[in-house]
Amino acid sequence: MEVELCPILRSFGSEQNVLSRPDGSASFVQGDTSVLAGVYGPAEVKVSKEIYDRATLEVVIQPKVGLPSVRERAREQCIRETCEAALLSTLHPRSSLTLILQVVHDDGSLLACYLNAACMALIDAGLPMSSLFCGITCAINTEGQIITDPSVQQEKESRALLTFAIDSVERKVMMSSTKGSFSVKELQQCIAVSQKASEEIFQFYRDSVKRRYSKIM
Amino acid sequence: MKDTPLSNCERQFLLKAVEEKKRVDGRQTYDYRNIKITFGTEYGCCIVDLGKTRILAQVSCELVPPKDSRPTEGILFFNLELSPMASPAFELGRQSELLVKLNRQLERCLRNSKCIDTESLCVISGEKVWQIRVDVHVLNHDGNLMDAASIAAIAALSHFRRPEVAIQGRDITVFTPEERDPIPLSIYHMPICVSFAFFQQGTYLLVDPCEREERVMDGLLVIAMNKHREICSIQSSGGIMLLKEQVLRCSKIASVKVSEITELINKALDNDKRARKEGGKFGFAESMPKERITALKKDEAPVEMTDVQDTANEIISRTEAQPDIVKVPSPVVPAPGTGQVGEGLLNTWGLEEEEDEEEEQHEKEEMSTGEVMVLSDSEEDDVVILNPDANKPKRLEGGSKKGVEAPKKQKTSH
Repeated sequence: MEVELCPILRSFGSEQNVLSRPDGSASFVQGDTSVLAGVYGPAEVKVSKEIYDRATLEVVIQPKVGLPSVRERAREQCIRETCEAALLSTLHPRSSLTLILQVVHDDGSLLACYLNAACMALIDAGLPMSSLFCGITCAINTEGQIITDPSVQQEKESRALLTFAIDSVERKVMMSSTKGSFSVKELQQCIAVSQKASEEIFQFYRDSVKRRYSKIM
Repeated sequence: MKDTPLSNCERQFLLKAVEEKKRVDGRQTYDYRNIKITFGTEYGCCIVDLGKTRILAQVSCELVPPKDSRPTEGILFFNLELSPMASPAFELGRQSELLVKLNRQLERCLRNSKCIDTESLCVISGEKVWQIRVDVHVLNHDGNLMDAASIAAIAALSHFRRPEVAIQGRDITVFTPEERDPIPLSIYHMPICVSFAFFQQGTYLLVDPCEREERVMDGLLVIAMNKHREICSIQSSGGIMLLKEQVLRCSKIASVKVSEITELINKALDNDKRARKEGGKFGFAESMPKERITALKKDEAPVEMTDVQDTANEIISRTEAQPDIVKVPSPVVPAPGTGQVGEGLLNTWGLEEEEDEEEEQHEKEEMSTGEVMVLSDSEEDDVVILNPDANKPKRLEGGSKKGVEAPKKQKTSH
């Protein structure tokens, strides 16, 4: 059985160095979803959080209304583990890295947008990384159609929602977060779709960095 | 993380510049930095840039029971947060002095000035009113947070639309924006804070101090005013003595600044309204600068997906080559709501229990044969004799216990 694909990425954009105080900052917009990220570090670390052979990474997600809840904590962990895998934190032992993510507008694929904004901010901060990463969300609707980068409406209508973090070197899956039920075949298809779509985003990363330093080179 | 300290030479430089009526960013004494107001796609969402200071405000609403003292009034709730993104000195979840001060000042500026008609927020008197919640997030701290926060909060409140409700007896129906157009809050006036920084015990004055200037200032005067030149609140901090003339002069400057800012907010609101009416594009995604070298945008595009099916099928076929997992018997459902696994099999639970009992008996026998531990059923045996030399007094105690407990036993036998 051939599954129908609806592989469209909404228009996306990013601006780096948007804030003056953080060492690195970026805003990432996917359709109407918008996230602002700020990075501080490497800086001095609290003794209680110090790790002797690598940097301590702290990820904070600020919701727009109210205080952070369990959902935010869970996502913080997903993002922290992805960033830890990509960052060469051993180059900055006994120091702290802080990544703060502020949701500006949520219109679906929020976790993916967090990851993309985080990566752009880390690039802006100039932190050493073994690879870049990006986030892709796939939704499987009731007809079995796979939709990439869904909006809130499409997320609500879907029966399963899968978000992957993909690395730029081997296009491997660094993190996955799923909701709902799906078959093994659908999972493999979603991964394959995400790997394809990630190329689009990595090309965008490359273009934006190229544009940024175009006047220097 | 600690904030970067200000060096002595920087401090002296700034103070010297103030004396010479110069400012580090090239402004004049009474100049504001550029103010940019952008609205999001949602109602009641607004970002204000005041120079490099950036603040996000979001208004939300909820139906709640009113306060007992004011049964016909809606509730306004302000929550200003100093996000750790704004400055390395801001820690997560810490109630710093600055945070408390800013929150209080924002409440005084917007709630106590009664700029919003809270009575129109009443749905059923004494039972249900709207609670309007204003979340203000500081995203970047480059001085004068108070002015930026007040502009962001009032702009977001003016932009906000609450859902319409219909009351039938005791039933409240809340309509979604698709069913009925949401309605704006009724705002009487727009109070806006204007900050004045004082140097050298009030000799020099600066409007809209930036972060560096705030660090070296002696005192701060915050005047909240609306465009009708009505003062909504005045707060002086830092412990400087100000003359009457100075305060009056500040209020005159404030009135000019407030009318300028109010006009700017109204213009931004009109622009957003027009964009929405015309069905054009609006929101943060549209307000992103395209000409900036640090920004890049990519239009919506389908992704090339030629061999996705093949790769997925290939991976699956490779994994399917391995032998299948042993099939689990599907549960038998004798009646709806019940389930049973493995019909017709022998129950082995009873056998295991018997074995267990035997083991226990063995253990008991072993224990009773031991010399140290003496097991018996009498209640007085919880007195353990540790030292055989001190036997006699302990026995006396045991005897007295017996006497006390004897009547109890009789009671239980009845």
